[in-house]
Amino acid sequence: MSRLRDDYENSWWRRFQGWVDGETDLLAEGMEIRVPGSGKEDPLGEGKKPDVQEQGRHSKPAAGPGRSRTVYNGRGIRYFRRFYQVMSVFLCLSIIFVLLWTVAYLPAFGNAGNPDNNEVSARYIERGLQETGAVNIVTGMILDYRAFDTFGESCVLFIASCCVLVLLRIDAAEGDEQARKRLAEANDRIFEPKNDIILQKCACILVPLILVFGIYIVLNGHLSPGGGFSGGAVLGSGLILYLNAFGFGKTERFFTEKVYRRMTLGALTFYCLAKSYSFFTGANHLESGIPLGTPGAILSSGLILPLNICVGLVVACTMYAFYALFRKGGM
Amino acid sequence: MSMVQNFPFFSIIIAMFSGIVSSVLDGKRARDLSLCGILVTTGMSAAVLHFCIRSGQSYTYMMGHFPAPWGNEIRAGVLEGLTAMMFGLVMFFAVVGGMDHTAADVEKGKQNLFYIMVDLMLSSLLALIYTNDLFTAYVFVEINTIAGCGLIMIRQKGRSLSAAIRYMIMSQLGSGLFLIGLSLLYDVTGHLLMSPAKEAVAAIEAAGLYGVPMLVIMAVVSVGLAIKSGLYPFHYWIPDTYGYATPTASAILSGLVSKGYIFLLVKIFYRVLGRENVIASEIVNVLFVFGLMGMLMGSVHAILEKDTRRMIAYSSVAQIGYIYMGIGLGTQAGMVAAVFHMFTHSATKALLFISAVGLYEVSGDRKDFRSLQGAGYKNPLAGIGFAVGALSMVGFPMLSGFISKLLFATSALQSPHKMLPTVIALAVSTVLNAVYFLRLVITLYTIPAKADVAGAMAPEKIPEAWGRGRGAWKLHLAVACFILLNLVLGLYSQPIVGWIGSGLAMFD
Amino acid sequence: MGTLLFVNMEETVSIILFGIGFTMLMLHRNLIKKIMGMNIMDTAVYLFLAAKGYIKGRMVPIVTDHIQDVSAYINPVPSGLVLTGIVVSVSTTALMLALTIRLYERYGSLDLDEILMRAKEEERT
Repeated sequence: MSRLRDDYENSWWRRFQGWVDGETDLLAEGMEIRVPGSGKEDPLGEGKKPDVQEQGRHSKPAAGPGRSRTVYNGRGIRYFRRFYQVMSVFLCLSIIFVLLWTVAYLPAFGNAGNPDNNEVSARYIERGLQETGAVNIVTGMILDYRAFDTFGESCVLFIASCCVLVLLRIDAAEGDEQARKRLAEANDRIFEPKNDIILQKCACILVPLILVFGIYIVLNGHLSPGGGFSGGAVLGSGLILYLNAFGFGKTERFFTEKVYRRMTLGALTFYCLAKSYSFFTGANHLESGIPLGTPGAILSSGLILPLNICVGLVVACTMYAFYALFRKGGM
Repeated sequence: MSMVQNFPFFSIIIAMFSGIVSSVLDGKRARDLSLCGILVTTGMSAAVLHFCIRSGQSYTYMMGHFPAPWGNEIRAGVLEGLTAMMFGLVMFFAVVGGMDHTAADVEKGKQNLFYIMVDLMLSSLLALIYTNDLFTAYVFVEINTIAGCGLIMIRQKGRSLSAAIRYMIMSQLGSGLFLIGLSLLYDVTGHLLMSPAKEAVAAIEAAGLYGVPMLVIMAVVSVGLAIKSGLYPFHYWIPDTYGYATPTASAILSGLVSKGYIFLLVKIFYRVLGRENVIASEIVNVLFVFGLMGMLMGSVHAILEKDTRRMIAYSSVAQIGYIYMGIGLGTQAGMVAAVFHMFTHSATKALLFISAVGLYEVSGDRKDFRSLQGAGYKNPLAGIGFAVGALSMVGFPMLSGFISKLLFATSALQSPHKMLPTVIALAVSTVLNAVYFLRLVITLYTIPAKADVAGAMAPEKIPEAWGRGRGAWKLHLAVACFILLNLVLGLYSQPIVGWIGSGLAMFD
Repeated sequence: MGTLLFVNMEETVSIILFGIGFTMLMLHRNLIKKIMGMNIMDTAVYLFLAAKGYIKGRMVPIVTDHIQDVSAYINPVPSGLVLTGIVVSVSTTALMLALTIRLYERYGSLDLDEILMRAKEEERT
């Protein structure tokens, strides 16, 4: 009997049901969880006494690898849960149904006569090379025809990195004991393998390759697939790999928060000024006087190349900053 | 092309650039820069308004070297100029009034980041107002969302963090729906700029094609933007968000952010989907019903609430309901009333939030509204400001709220089927508003019983708390200006209503 | 309806994904899963747009051999929109993850209902 029960407990169906019911958390299973409030220190950095007690009380139910069930009990809540699940499935199906109903009336897939293949895309293709100088029509479109969108897009990235800074950067400068403790807690350097020889050797080979590849993608954004964002992401991943292999000590020699701020500021300022100039001249029907060069050469297509470099720098710095902030609350 | 015509573009770029530069400045400089930026952009918007009124027509402005269906474009008219100016004024006084609280609530090293959010919020609002391109609108909606989230969570208390994640989740649902709506619209029209898209929509309607997709597009775009602006059944994030942010952020979020989305929705109705199509599709009736529900339920929730700032936040739910009801009436007059109420609400709600802060200061910073007893005597100007705001929300003559209620009522008379529910809902909602707002005002001017005095405020706090502190002039200035703005909206409503009407006419 | 759904298979799939992501973002209690839902939803829209830009038998929009004929390339507009959209989605994901980290540090839970309840409790004391 007990074997049967064990079988049932381990059966795929049981696990699935448990997951649907929210009893087990697939994410929590394999995850190593450090409970923030365990021990005496106060991780909050707010420095208020009631908070400390509060945290102490709460850390107990959260100590297990799953989540506490203390908050949820009682029949009513369970029935509500069941109702909620049924309703959510129902809602999901109804949204899908409405949108599928729409799709059934949309223009057919892959048909050249669809309404979106109109004079707009025709001009991008037919005259894009002459008007923007970019061989890659998509790059020409997003950085010249529809550059305002793209400028907004880099601002989205900028403001998101500011928000992450607000949330995760820990300022321990002013002798604030709480903040320093939080900093010490967030610092996970103790967990990282020290001088892992395999990782370091691999990184020695890979990092230069990745960085060169990233630079190649950024610089060839107007000639081949790629551009500032994808190249910047590759550059950022190279930096992150370097950081993982050699630790913060090495990266801080050339990349600190000051460098990050200056680079983003410089790149975004250039972007802003260059595009303002081009918008202003365009709207007032003036010649912008920026040579487009010969299409296909690396130094061509006017402002697109410098803008790609700017975007690449911003993206690389932001990706690295996200990683560093998520890991230790600072750069 | 005269210089003034460049101003919409300049104001967006100035706001954005001051945000970018603020990242290397310290808190004080960033604050000054952002105040300058807001003032300059407000001045520019006023100039644009003046220019458009004089020339009597709107104009489009090419963002780049390529004309309409190929390049980005922005567009300015009377309504855009007026809204931008209004938003700029409200934002300026909100930042000035809550300045000291911002300094206290935000960590020292992160103050410049707060002003980055304010700057980018301004630029995204301006871009939402001026844009003539749907995808630009989407990108700036996202900037607006992230900046709003930043303004909420910068206080870093538990409640504001959880409010921020709720806000983010609801906003992302709204953005997702908006984006799929745009994609569907692009699929059937092939255009992203508003003017060519409108022509394409008209051609589609004339040919009788794509009936189902057009209906779903209208529904999805409206619901997406309604979620983001907090229309009634989607309002759950509002009380937490407005109630636990720092005062400037509360004023900006309640006064401006939701209005930006509503403005965008109005613009899309007029400039892309076509007003007749929207009215024919019954979407407006759905908005009308939800608006009515919001008007009533928001007020009921506010009556049940004890915490003053959450009470004001629930009143926002009711006021957003008013605006959607006006849109839902489906007449030109209803739309004018809705837009006017947008201005009324942004001026009044910001006034309420800012003056509530002044009252909190003098009564020991408690949440329960009963602790505010007698606060009206301790900080007279804030008390007057709160009373003016409350009366305006209730619809007292001379104040802006009265005019918007009058406009709603008269516009309801023009649509026979919706007249009765509108008028009844207006009456009931006014009574409910009066219940909780007048209760608050009466509490402010009740002298507490002797026993309560000791409890309500620590005696040593009284001297500086009497509104004579060193920095109190900022709050007083802001409150005074907001009162003035309210009076202007209430007493000189005729030209403003005229401008709104002509601005809406320019949308077609 | 059925045949057109089959013809528009890419769109159908992306719409189903959109519905799943939307529901997950709205109704799942676990914050990390909510974020996953958001990403699924965004990706579904990008898939939809990418499918819309495709035209049978044509090349990617990069000028090759000096051919500048409309009939040679697919529609470049949706590709550009997807590029912009991806950046937006990266930014919001990073922000939501950062918020989740802070909330987890504070309340030791990823369950949104529980976090809200604890936040309320914390305020009361």
